[in-house]
Amino acid sequence: MTDHYLVLSAILFTIGAVGVLIRRNAIVVFMCVELMLNATNLAFVSFARMHGSLDGQIIAFFVMVVAAAEVVVGLAIIMTIFRSRKSSSVDDANLLKY
Amino acid sequence: MTGVVAAGAHQTGESAIFWVLAVISVAAALGMILTRKAVHSALMLATVMFSFAVLYAVNEAPFLAFVQVIVYTGAVLMLFLFVVMIIGVSSTDSLVETIKGQRVAAALVGIGFVVLLLVGFGHATLPKTTGLKDANANGGNVMGLARLIFTKYVFAFEVTSALLITAALGAMVLTHRERLRPKPTQKQLSKERIKSDRVAPLPPPGTYARHNAVDMPALLPDGTISELSVSPVISRRRTGEHEDLHGASPEVVARQDTKTVKAVIDKPVEVEEEEQ
Repeated sequence: MTDHYLVLSAILFTIGAVGVLIRRNAIVVFMCVELMLNATNLAFVSFARMHGSLDGQIIAFFVMVVAAAEVVVGLAIIMTIFRSRKSSSVDDANLLKY
Repeated sequence: MTGVVAAGAHQTGESAIFWVLAVISVAAALGMILTRKAVHSALMLATVMFSFAVLYAVNEAPFLAFVQVIVYTGAVLMLFLFVVMIIGVSSTDSLVETIKGQRVAAALVGIGFVVLLLVGFGHATLPKTTGLKDANANGGNVMGLARLIFTKYVFAFEVTSALLITAALGAMVLTHRERLRPKPTQKQLSKERIKSDRVAPLPPPGTYARHNAVDMPALLPDGTISELSVSPVISRRRTGEHEDLHGASPEVVARQDTKTVKAVIDKPVEVEEEEQ
């Protein structure tokens, strides 16, 4: 059954990656990143079960913590950009572009 | 793909649960990247998160299943929805491609990537699934996780606390706004009010009127319309005819309303007599 979970995790990770590439609303891009993190978590959890040790679940737990912190800071950045530019599109924030 | 499943590790009905949730989560994930509205994307993501929680529970990780529901669907997605609400629900993506052929290229890259991963998984020989019976035996899943977190991973755990505090502080600093001018006091506000033309409060909408919609201006005692009674924000948003006017002009309706109100006011005694 582990390989089934791995395949599902790979498919969802890819969907998240494609979403990051094609979407330009910063919030939706963020949601896609969350989807990718969750897909890796699923792989970790199923590996933990396969190996019979809880380390994989611990890693998934830490991924969740880091993802929560990342969401907080990322959404704050999106809010700040939106305040100054009145837009949440990732194409509009291009001042660092050479 | 060759399914290698140990006899004891397989839960009954697991493959049925897996297939149902796999279809739901993949469909919801595709919907998430394909719908144009951010709110719909967030709801689709909630669906994916819930199915992940069930998959964790099936995978002998009950603690992570609950954390998934509480942290992701509870906290993170609510945060997403709040930000969507602040930034504007109507802020949809524009369909104009800035880089030509970017979507097609992204789709091709995605297909190539998933094929690469799946071929890799197909060639891997996975060991037999041991299951977490032994690991969860001494006090259950939560106890087992706690034992690991506070011994082997205690340093990572401590660093996590620093990360969370930094993230909270960072969010506060980023969203904090300095006041450009000092906050007006009650005294200043009342002085400005005396200086302005109108000291009394503005008439509320619906005064002397038969309509209680907030965007319908009030009638003054002499039957004229008071545009002051409608909030400037609402009156700016008001376009075209109001439904309550039934196609007539506002002046005509105001005259009719005044007539009706006057008719009621003129014979209050008769009404009372009828009632008695």
